[in-house]
Amino acid sequence: MSAPHLLVHEKKDTVGVVVVEGLKAGTDMLCVVTHDNSAFHLTAKMDVPIGHKVALVDIKAGDTIWKYGQDIGIAKADIAKGEHLHVHNAKTKRW
Amino acid sequence: MSEISMFHAQTAQNPFNGGAPDQLVTKATPATLASADYKNATFTGWRRENGRVGVRNHVILLPLDDLSNAACEAVANTVKGTMALPHAYGRLQFGADLDLHFRTLIGIGSNPNVAAVVVIGIEDQWTNTVVQGIAKTGKPVVGFGIEGHGDIATIAKASYQAKKFVQWATELPRETCSISELWVSTKCGESDTTTGLSSCPTVGNMYDKLIPHGIYGVFGETSEITGAEHLCKERAASPEIAEKWYKMWKSYQDDVIEAHKTNDLSDSQPTKGNIAGGLTTIEEKALGNLEKIGRECKFIDALEPAEAPAKGPGLYYMDTSSAAAECVTLMAAAGYVIHTFPTGQGNVIGNPIVPVIKISGNPRTIRTMGEHIDVDVSGVLRRDMTIPQAGDALIDMIIRTANGRLTAAESLGHREFVMTKLYRSA
Repeated sequence: MSAPHLLVHEKKDTVGVVVVEGLKAGTDMLCVVTHDNSAFHLTAKMDVPIGHKVALVDIKAGDTIWKYGQDIGIAKADIAKGEHLHVHNAKTKRW
Repeated sequence: MSEISMFHAQTAQNPFNGGAPDQLVTKATPATLASADYKNATFTGWRRENGRVGVRNHVILLPLDDLSNAACEAVANTVKGTMALPHAYGRLQFGADLDLHFRTLIGIGSNPNVAAVVVIGIEDQWTNTVVQGIAKTGKPVVGFGIEGHGDIATIAKASYQAKKFVQWATELPRETCSISELWVSTKCGESDTTTGLSSCPTVGNMYDKLIPHGIYGVFGETSEITGAEHLCKERAASPEIAEKWYKMWKSYQDDVIEAHKTNDLSDSQPTKGNIAGGLTTIEEKALGNLEKIGRECKFIDALEPAEAPAKGPGLYYMDTSSAAAECVTLMAAAGYVIHTFPTGQGNVIGNPIVPVIKISGNPRTIRTMGEHIDVDVSGVLRRDMTIPQAGDALIDMIIRTANGRLTAAESLGHREFVMTKLYRSA
């Protein structure tokens, strides 16, 4: 398998992590779920830095965001599949 | 061919341009043996008077208080082969905060990576408290009070003693020891999303392999479990330990965070570095953090800061800050001799007496600041290295470090020694 652009921890997750430098909008990303090594493709809608997250599905404001198969916070705005998800559109539920 | 050009010839990567050149180039025999048969792996260490084994042989100048840093540093300048451990506190502390101060200093002096200790304090009584505490290990320790003598006379007396200690310590023989005699701590720093995918599960895999063979492990970072506390609680070995742990976690939430928070913990958790690396929330950070304890181990006790583990081999939790130097200092004071430190964005921390092994899977960090990284696990992100293979690479590096290889932090002179303070001094 060639090196993936995006890694996803669990099937249930709604975000994945960019693992290559310089990812450009429009890239047909090879995505791998680390839990079972299954692969799928997704088009990046934005330039996203290495380590940052991409929405795997259309997420609505108020939706819970899932990573590691766990609740990692809440969307503050609508985030379309393939878009960059970070502190500008998501936050913790704790503080 | 010169030595340097030979070095180039063995590697496609320029060793002066980032990367982790030593790891890429060196085919160390002990490393190969360790990953092939880590259950029977050995290293050569120093067995101390109390039976514990150290992987370093330091003679240290330990200040009781901030006022004694100058004298300790003067002795360390005069007597080669010694090291001063300056720090910021030690006056007008009281109650639990003073107990922690003494526990930390006595623990650092008692650590088996230390052969002998000279303690210097502003006055005799508290100095003697630290000396008596360290003396329980049976190792050589003496103390000097400055009051009534002044810095210069104290430096002279302490220098004569430190010189004797160094010449004695440098003749101590090393002996072959089982990997099961290692105490290995962990804490991550400048984390990002790659730590949860690669370097933290690498440490977890190492614990899953070595804890069953009798090593001591410890993790901490109380504030950084937030978001994964339900998972952490399940990893306690018994309902009683789970409850003891949960009280520690909840007490930090209630007494410190709730009392002092501004907005989102003042943008401290996640840190600015974490956010630059792609971590969005404390929950996400905590879930990556918890990958360090692997899949199999249960923690058998929840320790106070700097408390030595007392329930035998296994994994422990310690109530610590998530700030790197504070946490590693507390774990060193509890007796751990090697620290494994996953980093994403590139934390550069070290410790004066404990070698800190850096593990990173972030290819940008390996490229831009590889001189700080001991174990490169970026292959995990490319899917050409599995987590078990990464765990073996870490075990190899633990053995090599125990055998004397200086870590990146040691060779670059990182000696961050930071006392944890519980509240304001009187």
